[in-house]
Amino acid sequence: MLSKLTLRTVALGYLAMVLVLPVGAIVWRTFSNGLAPVWQAVTTPDALHAFWLTILITAIVVPLNTVFGVACGVVLARQHFPGKRLLDSVINLPFAVSPVVVGLALVLVYGQTGRLGSWLAERGVQIIFALPGMVLATLFISLPYVVREVTPVLREVGVEQEEAARTLGATRLSAFLRVTLPAIRWGVTYGVVLTTARALGEFGAVAIVSGRLAGQTETLTLFVENHFESFDQAGAYGAALALAALALLTLLTMTGLRRREGH
Amino acid sequence: MGVDAARARPAARPLRAAGGGGLLRGLVTTYLSLLVLIPLAAVVWRASSDGAASFWRAATTPQALAALRLTFFISLAVVAVNVVAGTLIAWVLVRDEFPGKRLVNSLIDLPFALPTIVAGVTLLALYGPRSPLGLNLAYTRAGVLLALAFETLPFVVRAVQPVLLTIEPDAEEAARSLGARPLTTFRRILLPAMTPAILAGAALAFARAIGEFGSVVLLSGNIPYRTEVAAVHVFTLVQSDDPGGAAAVSVVLLVLSLLVLAALNLIQRRRTRHAE
Repeated sequence: MLSKLTLRTVALGYLAMVLVLPVGAIVWRTFSNGLAPVWQAVTTPDALHAFWLTILITAIVVPLNTVFGVACGVVLARQHFPGKRLLDSVINLPFAVSPVVVGLALVLVYGQTGRLGSWLAERGVQIIFALPGMVLATLFISLPYVVREVTPVLREVGVEQEEAARTLGATRLSAFLRVTLPAIRWGVTYGVVLTTARALGEFGAVAIVSGRLAGQTETLTLFVENHFESFDQAGAYGAALALAALALLTLLTMTGLRRREGH
Repeated sequence: MGVDAARARPAARPLRAAGGGGLLRGLVTTYLSLLVLIPLAAVVWRASSDGAASFWRAATTPQALAALRLTFFISLAVVAVNVVAGTLIAWVLVRDEFPGKRLVNSLIDLPFALPTIVAGVTLLALYGPRSPLGLNLAYTRAGVLLALAFETLPFVVRAVQPVLLTIEPDAEEAARSLGARPLTTFRRILLPAMTPAILAGAALAFARAIGEFGSVVLLSGNIPYRTEVAAVHVFTLVQSDDPGGAAAVSVVLLVLSLLVLAALNLIQRRRTRHAE
């Protein structure tokens, strides 16, 4: 007999084994030798540079993809044109493409062996093994989130109020910014939170295009892998825990936002 | 998303609000092409530039075949795990009441928020060589399965949950009061309503699983023919300066995920029609 209690136990047991206990284990492992070695390991120049680089990439990627996301949401929610369904599917592509393939794609286009890459290299512009490549990879990977959150909200809000503002003399842009944008702000915020989390945590694509030079092109996720492979447990676990803390913060924000949306 | 489409208002007449212009559409399409389409086209171009025979040879080297086969079957297995566990978790979160339910509900999204490499390190802390449980899954296929199960956990749960919320518990209770056993009630009342959502979640989980890299790379040990998944194989090929081979395997992965996404599109369109 499958009682409610049995089902609950099985479901929570699965979650505990796959999700909760591993996260608990890493917290415990990180601090098993006390706080000092961890603090030391995550404040080395390489670690600090990794933090800084990760934040820099995120700070470039999130605004770009937010502006694109809102613009694309407007196109999808308000315009009717042939190929709209195709556009809709293309936006979902980054969900379906392996990060490693994204990295390879960028290497093929912008690497020294590619025509564009060698042309750029002659002019002193380096994309691969440098910041621009890492930004491009992260842009690709985190592209769909704002679009996905904003489009349904935009549909629901409609255009009547914005049109009313227009008849009262507002320009198209200011009508959008002052009437519609406030109405969709929670959808945008939700999308921004997801984009930020994805950008902070990107690993596979960045691993390929960065060249992973410690202190130069090593992001926080690459730092974790590098130090884990070289048996620097304090460094790897410390940085991993910092990223996990950011993930938890994301989660809390998401939960808070969902509750607000419910109102 | 489909439901929202059904709720959408009819197109505004002479579009005076922002969004009327073809300019915006042009900008959006350009951004998308530069960022997504052209790089992906470059992968397909590189894979096919030396002819079909050469593509086939690169995509079917013994090591590539082994990696692709492992990826495909282990992703299927992960989807099966998710379909059962995800549906169960969704049911418990909707129909059951217990202290801490809200917390559990927010925890479901953790795999989406947690960077993949951190997931790998995290799983190794519990299921690695110095496992406090005495359960060492490092460098095994079971380890790969575990990593993928972790990464794909939210898909089915989050797809099924809203559907279950729309089904009144009355129907289940009525069936039970008429003498149906719990399993029959589940099969006849809940399952038909949930199936499209389960399939949608399963498709997303599959697409995610076949491309997964970060969480697997540490846990699997990347032993060729044993635990090396396709994404890791592509990575190895890129590192060993074989972009042609990497592109060929990537194209196979791309085609697989596109097929799955197309199937998902079909499911969702049918669902929207149902909603109407």
